[in-house]
Amino acid sequence: MATASLETRENRRAWGFVTPALLWTVAFFVIPFIVMAAISLATRKGREIIMAWNFDNYIEFFEKAHLLKGLFVSLEITLTVTIISVILAYPLAWIIAERVPQKWQRMALIMAILPFWTSYVVRSYSWLLVLAQNGVINNTLVYLGVISEPLELASTRSATVIGFVHFFVMLLTLTIYANLVQMPPNYRRAAADLGANGFQVFWHVVLPLTLPGIMVGAFLTFVLCIGDYITPQILGGNNELALPQVIMLQLGRRADFPMAATLSIILMVVVTMAYIACARWLKMERT
Amino acid sequence: MISSRFSKLLSWSYLAALYGFIFLPVAVLVLFSFQDGRLPVPPFNGATLKWYGEVFSDSRLMSALTNSLMVAIGSATVACVLGFCAAYGLARFVLPASRLQRGLLIAPMTVSYLIIALGLLTTFNWLGVSLSLWTVGIGHVVINLPLCFAIIYASMGDHQKNIERAARDLGAAEWQVMTQVSAPMLMPSILAAFFLSVTFSWDEFIIAFLLSRFDVTLPVEIWSMLRSGLNPKTNAVGSVVFLVSVALLLILELIVFRRTAKK
Repeated sequence: MATASLETRENRRAWGFVTPALLWTVAFFVIPFIVMAAISLATRKGREIIMAWNFDNYIEFFEKAHLLKGLFVSLEITLTVTIISVILAYPLAWIIAERVPQKWQRMALIMAILPFWTSYVVRSYSWLLVLAQNGVINNTLVYLGVISEPLELASTRSATVIGFVHFFVMLLTLTIYANLVQMPPNYRRAAADLGANGFQVFWHVVLPLTLPGIMVGAFLTFVLCIGDYITPQILGGNNELALPQVIMLQLGRRADFPMAATLSIILMVVVTMAYIACARWLKMERT
Repeated sequence: MISSRFSKLLSWSYLAALYGFIFLPVAVLVLFSFQDGRLPVPPFNGATLKWYGEVFSDSRLMSALTNSLMVAIGSATVACVLGFCAAYGLARFVLPASRLQRGLLIAPMTVSYLIIALGLLTTFNWLGVSLSLWTVGIGHVVINLPLCFAIIYASMGDHQKNIERAARDLGAAEWQVMTQVSAPMLMPSILAAFFLSVTFSWDEFIIAFLLSRFDVTLPVEIWSMLRSGLNPKTNAVGSVVFLVSVALLLILELIVFRRTAKK
């Protein structure tokens, strides 16, 4: 009996520690999410929001080309960015892990991800400095006489992709490097002893072993990229809108909360599907 | 061996090219913040500190900077305290559905900031809560709490558990164990969580943008400066923001990781 009462007392104390954080998460994360999901089933009349409890907004999303296009633009940009970033980051992580002397590796890595810590807004603005009509690239090329008219670099999808790739190359370098240094060197030595050449060692041993790390990094890239508003807004301009830009547009001029909520839920469903695909793939890899 | 020399050359040039790509925008940003002229683009006319002077005498920017610091330090403190208590409770006691609780606490990490911000905005609107720096702070705690919890929870090992048990056997009350035994032992990871949270909150835009009205944080103020196009003053603010972030990370590296490395 005595131990039982002691246990309940212990338990009560334990709840005391955990409850504040749980309450915070429920109050400011779970409930807002439920409210948003409910609002996505409402309609807007002028500035009034009327709870209609129907799926009209979702139907509207699939019927209206400019809304649906936002999702496709976002998906295209995100996939392009993910692929280019992996292709650029892998060799960089490899060189840091293999070619840079051991005692400089930490330094090289810190340097490689230093600009990672500039804020989104400042980083995108910096790329604008480089890519704008009178920016660094155009002015330099005109000055050198390579071109006579400035190129249209900013306010394009390429500008958005460059801005994103810059950020995610740093992120992926970090995750891939972590994977590469964890790999025991014996594996490669064994493969080499068995007669594999450098390329074969890489293709049949190193790459498959680092694939999980690449997938985790690629998933992070996907999630962060598809939900970002700043980079497409500053660098891509208003020519073609990504989904977060479409969401912000609903809020701004039209104060259409139900549609913004609907689009957010759709964005979340897409991310969740990517997560499930990634998790399932990782599980298959392991078994 | 020509091929090995060639591959070495290839790797070093690749390294140089990628570092160039990574540092290009930052270098341009910082260099042209010293531009003696109206446009932060080549040609470079000569160095001046004029734009930094303008930044530090701009009262709106300075109040945005103070707001950012207050929100960052406030929200990081709350996130750390909540995260530490939750980690302590879940690591030291046997609670029902502890996996579910951990999952719930980590969940906000997997959701886009935009969606967290929109959820809070619709809820505050619905409840009639007016937007202020407080609402921004609430949002920043939501995104930083999972981080703080995960970092501190991961560092609570069995080794500390025994020391805590010893303290309890010697008659320490639970709060004494927590504040005088556990917290000092876990200080490196608590500090890491704190400085990372400060950095994230300091840089965060979309939550601060959607959940603030009159008093804004620095990224939001910089955002409104962008409407005037390229401007050396924006370069100067951007450089200041970047330097603060790097300084925070240096503190993190020096205090926290050095200490853990020594142990």
